[in-house]
Amino acid sequence: MKQGKYSQRFEHNVFITEAASVAGKKEGEGPLGKLFDYVEEDSKFGEDNWEAAESQMQKQAAEMAIQKAGISRGQIQYLLGGDLLGQTIATSFGVMDLDLPVFGLYGACSTMGESLALGSMLMNGGAGEYFLCVTSSHFATAEKQFRFPLEYGNQRPKSSTWTVTGAAAVLLGKEHGRVKVRGVTPGKIVDFGVRDSMNMGAAMAPANGIIGLCSG
Amino acid sequence: MKATQEEKMEYEQYIKQVTPTHSTVKNAYRAFITGGGICLLGEFLNQVFQKNGLQKEQAAAWTLIILIGAAVILTGFNLFSKLAKFGGAGVLVPITGFANSVVAPAIEYKKEGQVFGIGVKIFTISGPVILYGIVASWLLGVGYYILILTGMISGGAS
Repeated sequence: MKQGKYSQRFEHNVFITEAASVAGKKEGEGPLGKLFDYVEEDSKFGEDNWEAAESQMQKQAAEMAIQKAGISRGQIQYLLGGDLLGQTIATSFGVMDLDLPVFGLYGACSTMGESLALGSMLMNGGAGEYFLCVTSSHFATAEKQFRFPLEYGNQRPKSSTWTVTGAAAVLLGKEHGRVKVRGVTPGKIVDFGVRDSMNMGAAMAPANGIIGLCSG
Repeated sequence: MKATQEEKMEYEQYIKQVTPTHSTVKNAYRAFITGGGICLLGEFLNQVFQKNGLQKEQAAAWTLIILIGAAVILTGFNLFSKLAKFGGAGVLVPITGFANSVVAPAIEYKKEGQVFGIGVKIFTISGPVILYGIVASWLLGVGYYILILTGMISGGAS
């Protein structure tokens, strides 16, 4: 049900039934390290190249979420997923073996939120029993696609961001879960004219600020 | 949503204030040490070669080969980027930086094949240097030729 101008308030139950996360070594050593379901020491995840590694990571997260929830794969209606790579190849190769209908998403850093928002709306609309929302990124694939080859010698500015090596899968269901999704408000694109690609924080911060202003 | 000019200016000033930056003095010092070290090594090799009977030009060529080779091998062992993190322009400006900028994409894109991987991507970083290096030398050559034609300088020994 529409609420205000751009928000949705759900009249039916939408729960985060289960979630799973897989992360790389560096992330595992960080402050959130203990909270990940699985930390992989091998940055190639046993694969031959970085892109395949990211696919493998996403697959592991998706399978783990399904396993933790104790449901069968066939109960999932749709999979909503995406990543940072061209043609979202990490997702398409990663979730292929799950044999589920897929909606491919590309929202860069917002892909996780985007998949959850769309999945929740589908669920509220009665489109199915379960929806699986998955996202991944890998430091090496992002560097290769957007910055420089890993072995290239350059000095990172202190403001440059470090793309996470990690994947997450969230299972939305209508029966039970610790978190209930009551509604969604998608964001607009906000441009404050930051041109420095090595300062993504500065480019992205105004979007959060605007949301803050709207809710405040 | 596009911010107004005023909002943009205000925001730009704000991020300038809060964005952490490297210390220029420290960076310059490290670049001086590293770059100077590489040049010292080059000069040392040059002298050794000349002492051992090589002509001046041959000695210079061998020095270059060794410096480039060292940069390539260090890149292969993923040590060059660590050196560059410390030394910055000190390792990037000498010929070592150019060697690294060619080898790094070659290693990264090897997985995508000899032609469409290495072949297509090998000059992604050094390409602009090669292109504008050639354009600049061509322009200077034209200028040099005009100066000779007009008799403003002599045509040299040749």
